[in-house]
Amino acid sequence: MTVEEIIKPENRVYAKPRLLNDNHMHYCPGCSHGVVHRLIAEIVEEMGIEDKTIGIAPVGCAVFAYNYVDIDWIEAAHGRAPAVATAVKRLNPSRMVFTYQGDGDLAAIGTCETIHAANRGENITIIFINNAIYGMTGGQMAPTTLEGMKTSTTPYGRRIDLNGYPLNITKLVAELDGTCYVTRQAVHTPAAVRKTKAAIKQAFKNSMEGRGTSLVEIVSTCNSGWKMSPVAANKWMEENMFAKYPLGEIKNTVK
Amino acid sequence: MAKVKGAVTVNQERCKGCDLCVVACPTDVLMLQPKEVNNRGYHFAFMKNPDACIGCASCATVCPDGCIEVYRVTIK
Repeated sequence: MTVEEIIKPENRVYAKPRLLNDNHMHYCPGCSHGVVHRLIAEIVEEMGIEDKTIGIAPVGCAVFAYNYVDIDWIEAAHGRAPAVATAVKRLNPSRMVFTYQGDGDLAAIGTCETIHAANRGENITIIFINNAIYGMTGGQMAPTTLEGMKTSTTPYGRRIDLNGYPLNITKLVAELDGTCYVTRQAVHTPAAVRKTKAAIKQAFKNSMEGRGTSLVEIVSTCNSGWKMSPVAANKWMEENMFAKYPLGEIKNTVK
Repeated sequence: MAKVKGAVTVNQERCKGCDLCVVACPTDVLMLQPKEVNNRGYHFAFMKNPDACIGCASCATVCPDGCIEVYRVTIK
C-alpha cells in the first residue's frame, strides 16, 4: 500500500484541533507553549464548551494566546490573571474560566493573587507553565529557577545565600483548603502529553462543577532561554527539573 | 494477524524544525530536511522511511505547532 493510498480523509486518526487556528505561532521552535495551547484547544473542542470558555492570558510569551486558540480571551495585567478570572467567574458562573500563566507571572508578581484566589476556592482552573526562567524578557532568574542554574541575571548560577531557594508554589497552593485538584505534569514525551491532557480535562470539569480551584503545573522547557536545542532542553529538564519539581498528582479531593 | 500501516503529512510552512517529532518516533520514520528550508528558513520534517510508519501519532502528540496529521489503515 502506497503512502498516497493511506493519506485519505477516512483514514485520518489525528489532526490539529479546529480551535487551534492557522496563525503562525510566534513561539521559538520546540516551545512547550505550543503543545499546551493545542491540548487546551483539543479539550475545549471535545467537551463542547467553546462558546462557554473564557481564558485569561498572562504577561509573558503566552500574552498572544488569543491569536492562536479561537475562544474568548482577556489579557490581564502582569500577575493579576487569577483576580480577573475571579471577577469573570463570579459574574458568569455558567462559564468555564481558566488562567494561563508562566512562572514569572504566577510565582513572582502574582503570588498574592494566586494564593488568595486559591484560598477563596474560586471555581477557576489555573494552568501554570513552569520553565524556571523569564523566557520573554531574555532569560532572567525567576523564583522557580533551580539552585546553580545559569540565567542572564545569575551568570555564575543561582546562589541560595544570595537569591534564596527555588519556590515550589504548586506544593504551597496544595496546602490551601480552597483547592480541589493540584497536579504537576510535563509535555516532553507522548505519554506525558496524554497525562497532561487528562489532567487539564479533569481541572476543567472541576471548574464547571464548582468544586474549587484546580491548578495544573506543567514543567516546561525554554530552550532559547536555557541556550539549548529543543531535544537537549527536554533532556536537561528530565535530569534537573524533575528532581526539584517531581511529576504527579499532589492533591485530589474530587475522587 | 492484521497489519497496521500509517502515514503522516507535515505542514511544511508551519513546521519550525524543532526535531521533537524525530526523537519521539518509535520506528525512526521522520527526519529533518538536510538542505531544503521553508519560507521562514526552517529545516522542516519529512518522512524519510515511510514504510516503517505505524500511525501511532507520537509525532503529532509532541509537535508544538500542530503541523502533523496522522493517517492509519489496518490491512487484514
